[in-house]
Amino acid sequence: MIALLLRDLRIAFRAGGGFGLGLAFFLLVAVLVPLGVGPEGGTLARIAPGILWVGALLACLLSLDRIFALDFEDGSLDLLATAPIPLEGVVAVKALAHWLVTGLPLVIAAPVLGVLLHLPEAGYGWLVVSLLLGTPGLSAIGAFGAALTVGLKRGGLLLSLLVLPLYVPTLIFGAELVKRGAAGMAVQVPLLLLAGITLGAAALLPFASALALRINLR
Amino acid sequence: MEFIVSDLAVARGGICVLEGVSLRLAPGQALVLRGPNGIGKTTLMRTLAGLQPALRGTISAPPESIAYAAHADGLKSTLSVAENLGFWAAVHGMAGVEAAMARMNLTDLADRRAANLSAGQKRRLGLARLLVSGRPFWLLDEPTVSLDTASVALFAEVVRAHLASGGAALMATHIDLGLAEAGLLDLTPFKATGAVQAAQGFDEAFA
Repeated sequence: MIALLLRDLRIAFRAGGGFGLGLAFFLLVAVLVPLGVGPEGGTLARIAPGILWVGALLACLLSLDRIFALDFEDGSLDLLATAPIPLEGVVAVKALAHWLVTGLPLVIAAPVLGVLLHLPEAGYGWLVVSLLLGTPGLSAIGAFGAALTVGLKRGGLLLSLLVLPLYVPTLIFGAELVKRGAAGMAVQVPLLLLAGITLGAAALLPFASALALRINLR
Repeated sequence: MEFIVSDLAVARGGICVLEGVSLRLAPGQALVLRGPNGIGKTTLMRTLAGLQPALRGTISAPPESIAYAAHADGLKSTLSVAENLGFWAAVHGMAGVEAAMARMNLTDLADRRAANLSAGQKRRLGLARLLVSGRPFWLLDEPTVSLDTASVALFAEVVRAHLASGGAALMATHIDLGLAEAGLLDLTPFKATGAVQAAQGFDEAFA
């Protein structure tokens, strides 16, 4: 499994691997919003948590179809399905690799973009915490969507339609956590719910994804 | 351990294509599958490899003992030859990447990216994966496609060594590998007549 993780990371960092794609997209969204909304600090500060979370969500979405589609096309997925690693493990490792390549850079870059959006000072810590807790869930849910659509030609759009509604709870509680944190209110409820969604997704969805993959491989 | 398939029926896209397929492979034996295009050779291979369920019948060997070489080689174009092979060796918990490269005449290409290989070289790399899988039963689906005569002979030698070490191979090929000891199985008599029906409805997906 470690070999699979290393292989996926290595491919991502090689030319054309897509590393930094999501991060660049996130950066652009955060730069474009102040241009569109106007530079008033008050307005920006109010919408900053929501914008940052929507941006992170869309950035995650951007690279989802690569999780399985490339391996499906070149036949590696067939071979992985017959390899000694359980397919559930393959899904979990690939979701982890997706998070390391897409989610983790977002978490690290988010505070910088918070400055652009006049995020109140108290919100920075909670922004990082919320993304750190929420984005692994996005990768796990996304891997499930990617497993469902793996055999389809141009399944990318369908994947987005399938996955975005599933992202709603994470988005609500993630943005709420930052909002409350920035306003100095109690954050325990959204924090626990966000962590719960991520843990639940990471624990259950690899099994569903593996089943979907097996059906799609026939 | 023998590889015994009895009364197998396989389906492609929900339509039964072959039925009543029975075959035996003892260690050291090779069997060549013959039959016209579309008879279901690949479907049979995928079923034997455990990638799709059989409609009926039994396969004695567990999927863990089978190494499947499909039409696609499963190579990553941005990884080098050694990295590609090293990955599959690690997945199967095996060593011997160097030896496998040497036996498939890939040593000189070890640091070349798979994207820059010729079709025949890719095929050789795909087949070298069998050597690092450490599994006794090889399922080879058209292994000789895009190989030149020298490489076909090289691969025949590899298969022969595998048989000599107690392995077995089932291959679908139109090109003679020159394996005199290989048996021949014509799939035409097993063409489905419609006696076996594929499962209908929602449950089919979860069968």
